[in-house]
Amino acid sequence: MRALLTIAAAALMAAGMLATKASAQSRAPRLDIGISTNVIPITSDFAGEDLIVFGAIDGADPDLLRADFYDVVVTLEGPSLESVVRKKARVFGIWINRSSMRFEPAPLSYSLSSTLPVELIADSIELSDLGIGVQNIHLTPTGAVGDGSSIPEFRNALLRLRTADGLYQRDPIGVEYVSSSLFRATLRLPANVPVGEHKLRAFLFQGGEFVMERELPLSVVKTGLEQFIFEYAHQHSLIYGLFAVLLAMITGWLGSVLFRKD
Amino acid sequence: MTIYLPIAEISVNAFVILGMGAAVGFLSGIFGVGGGFLITPLLIFYNIPPAVAVATGANQVVASSFSGALSHFRRGTLDVKLGLVLLVGGITGAAAGVFIFSFLRTIGQLDLIISLMYVTFLSTIGGLMLWESIRSLLRARANQPVSLRRPGQHNWVHRLPLKMRFKKSKIYLSAIPVVALGFAIGILTSVMGVGGGFIMVPAMIYLLRIPTNVVIGTSLFQIIFVTAFTTVIQATTNQSVDVFLAGLLMVAGVVGAQYGVRAGRMLRGEQLRAGLALLVLGTGVRLGYDLVATPQELYSVAATMVGYQ
Repeated sequence: MRALLTIAAAALMAAGMLATKASAQSRAPRLDIGISTNVIPITSDFAGEDLIVFGAIDGADPDLLRADFYDVVVTLEGPSLESVVRKKARVFGIWINRSSMRFEPAPLSYSLSSTLPVELIADSIELSDLGIGVQNIHLTPTGAVGDGSSIPEFRNALLRLRTADGLYQRDPIGVEYVSSSLFRATLRLPANVPVGEHKLRAFLFQGGEFVMERELPLSVVKTGLEQFIFEYAHQHSLIYGLFAVLLAMITGWLGSVLFRKD
Repeated sequence: MTIYLPIAEISVNAFVILGMGAAVGFLSGIFGVGGGFLITPLLIFYNIPPAVAVATGANQVVASSFSGALSHFRRGTLDVKLGLVLLVGGITGAAAGVFIFSFLRTIGQLDLIISLMYVTFLSTIGGLMLWESIRSLLRARANQPVSLRRPGQHNWVHRLPLKMRFKKSKIYLSAIPVVALGFAIGILTSVMGVGGGFIMVPAMIYLLRIPTNVVIGTSLFQIIFVTAFTTVIQATTNQSVDVFLAGLLMVAGVVGAQYGVRAGRMLRGEQLRAGLALLVLGTGVRLGYDLVATPQELYSVAATMVGYQ
């Protein structure tokens, strides 16, 4: 079936090229993307945000474009950190964390947007090679893993928990064509988006074949007072702690003075 | 209204936090406790990371205990000397507790130990208090005089050496059990984020036989320092004190407490103690149920600091 489709695709491609007598026969289509800012500020009222990515397919065959022959996948990968997955088990009647597995640094967040569900765009080997899709986030266990039989369950638990938290998500129809070669991708940043350097990646597929990839950096930063407080808490933690105590004392004192009746 | 908490690193609804602070403040005003044992579990329930909830809870208790201690000081129901002796143990205990806290966090059992400690202490203290207050309620109904303190009745605590005289409390007592009590409460403060008033007050009344009128003021006095110390230590070792969160809780808590105090005046002493006992016991049972009941989610995931950001 897949072979048939590929043949059909090749035939269609050939037909398209013939029809336009394409001068760009030797030239592969190119992908370009752009974002209005490469810094996303987390303000005090931050409750998640949509990131709009614009892109264009250059040098594409117009007939193939019209036939939706090109597919685009846009992903945003968050900063990578090592993760520990713990599993509870019942011990003497109470539930405690019994077993755990540690994974090498992997993105803390992953948002995907595409023209079609990715499974329909390319085959699973290609997707896995390119690291596209939540299932293809590279999670390598570290440390002792025994005979390795428990790796899938911990791996799936991590993916499931992050998906439930909205950290890993996908929108299979989030990329829309604005014109025949211009597209707009919407990526959702959840309210709990991790702060740090994110990686925006865009992939172009032509009839199921990977053509090229583009990458742009994007930083998610705390701003204003939040940033100041966070930095202060880490760099001048003693003064910060004393300030927290002073704040509490002033609040307590004001409370006892303002409401004093006797 | 959503606000982003800089240390907890999540967005929360400010009104929910204010509501929690006001409700807990109201209850703490009625019963004369700091309310840390209620606020920390509530925050954890609202998805605030446990480490942040504990450290911020301690910070919030500074405000409520300072407010309460001030009014006791004005009324002269605060034994500063007794408070200072308690404090010697309290500060040492709090310092030890913060290291225990950091250690438990690295081995991934922090949540379990916090829950277990809550369940054990809340259920035991709540149960004992309830038993005592039901008995005095029954006695009050039978028109017998209600007395918490039975003068002349001494226990093993009073045979210990290193005796000191506490003028305001009108007692002559060994410093050892006082320091030991302070030490134990100090550990609880840094591990559980509570002031420990709900343990301190009954222990002072029943174990040390300190007159009830100075107990609450003195307990609040030493709680200020232990929670303040814990706040600073948590801020320096774990960077887990969120001043945004603490600020919201404090403001609502202090206001709520004032209305609580007024509501509390309408109740009798035994009724107050029975109410507090039910509150403490109920919280303990609720948390105990969570430990025993089969959880919906067996797995949890935590990111470490290892990696590239």
